[in-house]
Amino acid sequence: MSEVSRSSEVFVTVEGISRRFVPHVSLGDRIAAALGSPLEQRAVRAVEDVSLSVRRGEVLGLVGESGSGKSTLGRMICGILVPSAGLVRIDGESVMSGGRRPRKTTTRVQMIFQDPYASLDPRMRIGDTIAEGPIAHGLVSKADSLAYVQHWLRRVGLDPDAAPRYPHQFSGGQRQRIAIARALAMKPDVLVCDEPVASLDVSIQAQILNLFLALRQELSLTMLFISHHLGVVRHVSDRVAIMYLGRIVEIGTADAVYTDPQHPYTQALLASVPQLVLEDDKMVSFKPIPGELPSPMAPPPGCHFHLRCTFAQARCRVEPPVLRPAGAQAAACHFAGELQFTR
Amino acid sequence: MIDSAAPIARFWFEFRQSQIACVALLIIVLIAALALLSPWIAPQNPYDLATLVLMDARRPPGHVGAGGYVYWLGTDAQGRDLLSAILYGLRISVQIGLAAGAVAFVVGATLGTTAAFLGGRVEMLIMRFIDLQLSFPAILLALVLSALLGQGKVQIIIALVTAQYAYFARTAHGAASAERAKEYVEAALSTPLPSHKVIFRHILPNCLPPLIVVATVQVANSIALEATLSFLGLGLPVTEPSLGTLIANGFQYMLSGRYWISIYPGVALIVLIVAINLVGDQIRDQLNPRLRR
Repeated sequence: MSEVSRSSEVFVTVEGISRRFVPHVSLGDRIAAALGSPLEQRAVRAVEDVSLSVRRGEVLGLVGESGSGKSTLGRMICGILVPSAGLVRIDGESVMSGGRRPRKTTTRVQMIFQDPYASLDPRMRIGDTIAEGPIAHGLVSKADSLAYVQHWLRRVGLDPDAAPRYPHQFSGGQRQRIAIARALAMKPDVLVCDEPVASLDVSIQAQILNLFLALRQELSLTMLFISHHLGVVRHVSDRVAIMYLGRIVEIGTADAVYTDPQHPYTQALLASVPQLVLEDDKMVSFKPIPGELPSPMAPPPGCHFHLRCTFAQARCRVEPPVLRPAGAQAAACHFAGELQFTR
Repeated sequence: MIDSAAPIARFWFEFRQSQIACVALLIIVLIAALALLSPWIAPQNPYDLATLVLMDARRPPGHVGAGGYVYWLGTDAQGRDLLSAILYGLRISVQIGLAAGAVAFVVGATLGTTAAFLGGRVEMLIMRFIDLQLSFPAILLALVLSALLGQGKVQIIIALVTAQYAYFARTAHGAASAERAKEYVEAALSTPLPSHKVIFRHILPNCLPPLIVVATVQVANSIALEATLSFLGLGLPVTEPSLGTLIANGFQYMLSGRYWISIYPGVALIVLIVAINLVGDQIRDQLNPRLRR
């Protein structure tokens, strides 16, 4: 069937993308540097040489601790942030224009943000917020925009008569629906969702997740779903990528990654999830990962995870591992496939 | 469900809690009405030199003139009725203050928000220039400019705008830098919307509260600055006297006991400026989230 052939087609490609945040060097420091004092250049390497691909209609979950660079990666894929190196293509077409001041050119990728209290302009009626993009890009005429807005409000489960209201008149879940309507009104092929349910009540989270899944089916959306919540990601994703300190450490189908993790970090992450299941009438103790995420300004050499890894060898401290096939997925560990994790 | 007009209604409700601000607002409205209607309510047209009677020059308040007309506030050196001259002077002062304030608002807010939006070198260039300008006293700049441009309403408005837009730009830049980092701006960029729409439809409306406060203060400052320039002889000509010109004209008679020529225009000027500042203070207090009860 065409459904099968479509889903095997690579749709979003991320090619060796990196992003460094260089802190502003003050004039005083620059003069000091010119006079011979050593200039401390502490660039934050938020994302380091990440490559991945997403097939048409697929949902790729992106998991990582705070500071792992997942939001930065999502923003680069959406074209909000300019990559320091590398390229993002959607259906072969680059997301950004070239030139000295690169800017986003495509409307085919849209984004849903974490905080629906911050992502809607508080001084604009929600109808105008939703209609603004489609009008600017000629998807709908000004005269037809109200009907268009009402269509999308209905589609995300809101009252179509709510268009003239302001964001502060809605609850968190309703606001996130408005944000979803705004993104979908641009008729995107790809949706980047950056922690879209993290700031919502648990009962609302389920509603919004179900809305995502329903819309994905109806509109055959390709999605990048960013979250630190392992359960949420498994619920919505076909494939999952695990990020650690700016790099992808493991990527594969959700089932493979969750049931048979190949990277020690993934394994530790899964073991650290608190669960309410009783085993032999005792509480299952969950194991937090020892240590903290190292500073992305001074990432450790070799494998970024070696400082917290119980399996670390001498090789891990010098040689950065590359993603290679292990089990049904790919993992960036020198010993992937060889390690025996105790569960 | 809260009505969409609620923010304005609430603002007005809070504003009414302050009696001083209400009185000040009433005074402003009254002065603005007098100024606007001066051609119809003033007993004399001070611009029409034919109606002036030199016999009645420098008469004290309450003097009954040759035509049986009572000069309630006295007359100036040309025999002009001071009450009429003050009404016409207020009209000019209010016109110039509002026009200069509005233009400075538009120029300053555009520069400040654009600088904050673009960032990098452009921002540094614009803001350093504005900082440089702010390090000069506004009066000095206005003085030099009006000396170069000459007399006249348009010239003085240009001088005032140049001297004052920097305050708007600074404030707008500060507020816009904070707004720039918010997710709704990222959302607009990810749509993507053109830069001018992001700046003028999203960032600028959210920077309005502090700008409105600056605007009230700067309108009052423009009026004071115009009066200063006119007093120094650089503002408006004697034939079209503003309050500053009137004060300057009477200044030489102060010590000879003919106080009214300077004092009454001065009182009108002070009342207007104080009233605007009081209203501005109240608006600032209400818009400052830290002072919210």
